[in-house]
Parts: sequence; C-alpha cells; structure tokens
Amino acid sequence: MKPRHRKLTIIIMSVAALGLAATLVLDAFQSNLVFFFSPSQVAANEAPKGKSFRIGGLVEEGSVKRESDGVTVNFVVTDTAKVIPVVYTGILPDLFKEGKGVVAQGKLSSDGIFRADEVLAKHDENYMPPEAADALEQAKKSQKTVMTD
Amino acid sequence: MAINWFKYSSPPSFYSLAGKMIPLFSITSIVLFALGLYIGFFVAPTDFQQSEAYRIIFIHVPAAWMSMFLYLIMAGWAAIGLAFNTRLSSMIATAIAPTGAMFTFLALWTGAFWGKPMWGTWWVWDARLTSELILLFLYIGFMALQAAIDDPRRADKAGAVIALVGVVNIPIIYFSVKWWNTLHQGATVSLTQSPKMATTMLTGMLIMSLACWMYSIAVILMRTRTIILERERNTMWVSDLQGAA
Repeated sequence: MKPRHRKLTIIIMSVAALGLAATLVLDAFQSNLVFFFSPSQVAANEAPKGKSFRIGGLVEEGSVKRESDGVTVNFVVTDTAKVIPVVYTGILPDLFKEGKGVVAQGKLSSDGIFRADEVLAKHDENYMPPEAADALEQAKKSQKTVMTD
Repeated sequence: MAINWFKYSSPPSFYSLAGKMIPLFSITSIVLFALGLYIGFFVAPTDFQQSEAYRIIFIHVPAAWMSMFLYLIMAGWAAIGLAFNTRLSSMIATAIAPTGAMFTFLALWTGAFWGKPMWGTWWVWDARLTSELILLFLYIGFMALQAAIDDPRRADKAGAVIALVGVVNIPIIYFSVKWWNTLHQGATVSLTQSPKMATTMLTGMLIMSLACWMYSIAVILMRTRTIILERERNTMWVSDLQGAA
C-alpha cells in the first residue's frame, strides 16, 4: 500500500469509528434527547415524576375552554391513543388551534391534570394555499360520509 | 479528448481558471436570487396555517441546507488535503468555512425570527436547534484553530481533523426531527417522499437554494484566490502577476 493510500484508509476508519461511537452515545442518551413526551408515554410512566417536563400531541377537537378570568385555558392533549387534560394561564401562540400540534411544559399534578407554565405551538411540515387546504378538508369529509353511509 | 484535471490542482492554473469562473457564477447567482425572491414574495400563495409569515422559509431552508452541504464539502476537501498532501484542497476547505458559518448563522437567526410568532418562542433546546448550533461552533472552531497556528501546512492538518470529527454532526442534524420528538417539524422536502408543499412554493425554494449555491461557489472561489496569493506570495508567478498588473 502506498503511504497516501494508507493515510486515506486510516482517515476513513477513524471517521467510521467516530460515527459508531456517536451512535452508541446517542443511543444511550436517547431518553434525554426527547423534547417532549406523548400522552401514551406519560400513561406508561416514562415521563419523569415530580419534575417539570414537556408533553406534546394534538389539541383535541372541541376541548378548548376558557375560564371566566379570560386568561386561563383548559384543553386536552391527545396522541389519538391516550389523553391528558391541561390547564394553562397565559398567552397562547397564534398557531394554537384545536386539532393542531402543541407542546406544553409543566408538572403533572396528583389529580392527573397537567399544569402548564409554557405552551408552544408545533406546526406540521405541510405548506399550501388556504384553498387547497379547504379542498382537502372537503375531500376528507365526503370520504367520511361515504364510509358511514 | 481528455481534460487534464491535475493541471488545475496547481495553484497558478487554478488561480486563473477561478478568475474566469467567478463572473459566471456571480451573475447566475444574482439572476437566480432576483427570480427566487420574486417568486417567494409575489407569486407563491399564502399558507393555510401561517399565512404570510411562512415566507421566511425561502431564506431559512436554503440557508440551513447550505450550512450542511458546505460542511460536508469542506470536510471532503480537508480530508483529500490530509490524505494526498495536496495544497489546493486544504486551501479550498479553509475558503469554505466562513461561508458555511454565515449560512449556519443565517439559518439559526431566521429560525428564531420564525419561531417567535409561530411556535411562541425564539429558542428551545430541542435536538434540531441544538445540533445546528453545534454546527456553528464547529465552523467557528475550525476557523479559530487554523488562525491560531502560524504554519499553514500544520494549520491545514489540524483543521482537517476537527472538520472530519464534526462530520458526525451532519446526519444528526438531518435526522434529528425523525429520531427524536422535537419542536421543529419534520422534513417538508426529502429524497424519498414527494414534497409536502404547493408547487409554486417549492419552485421558489429550490431556485433560492440554487442561487445560494451559485453565490457560495463565487465567494469561495474569490476567497481561494486570495488564500493562494497570500500563501504563494514569495513565488515567481505571483511576482510576475504583480509585475503585469
């Protein structure tokens, strides 16, 4: 082997070894790299107890209720399998909507209600004009009626 | 007819070739930027969720793509320079770093500006944002290390090592939204799936990306020329060049 080829082999092997090491480290830290827990994970006791953590999912349709003080909001976070009721006092982001993604930080109290001190909106990766979104919505609805008929 | 590529790995011939190519890439870049921004701001439709605010995507996504691509290219040239001891390869790697760092900063900055109105926060420590911030530190580390070493050949070698170590971070950035729960949404455009955005929006974004490519090539060629002159200032051909000017 020529010296420069040997050098290249050493470089490629070191990068591969480094990649392997990084994979193992990331795998070991898997649970700490998670930004939020889903309601199912919380139900399976995977979320930290007694500590502040984040939950994420969709805001359940028809679940958003404002209290009479005007700033306290009750809503339900769902991952379509499990649900968590959330109560939050403060300003909500513009994208906070029923049926859309949300990430809330706070503590789970003993009565099973998640008391959030921060609510962030998590939007999806789809971009389209409103007309296209309406058309999709219509198509979904008509499909549903066909199925129920 | 075969082109003798090795001819251009010698700094003097690359210097003159790059000089001829710079105007070409600069003009293409200006035309594409104008076209891309026009499509982005005037032709592309309003988004159904984010209305007009989504338009920052036309800068944010191309900048983020460039930050990752340029790192891979930089590390590639640095590795070639390290393995084959080719001076020009290392010079190109050095020339790429500032442009890469600029695009990384731009991606983070526009991301913060986008995050505040949409998510409700400037910054969160989720996997995507954190790994992109690490990328910025890698670029800065590469530049700082090279600047700290006086002997350019030793600086090249040290820089190559840090660049190669940092390559690990690129797949982490790219797949972070897939591997972990993040606040950042998943990929809109990927090689394996059809894009999840309206065609006009996608066209604008791709033209902007192409414009960023052309800009990067032009600027990197300019910077490489400067580095060549600086390092070869004691050679005959550079003094001939000065004599001619």
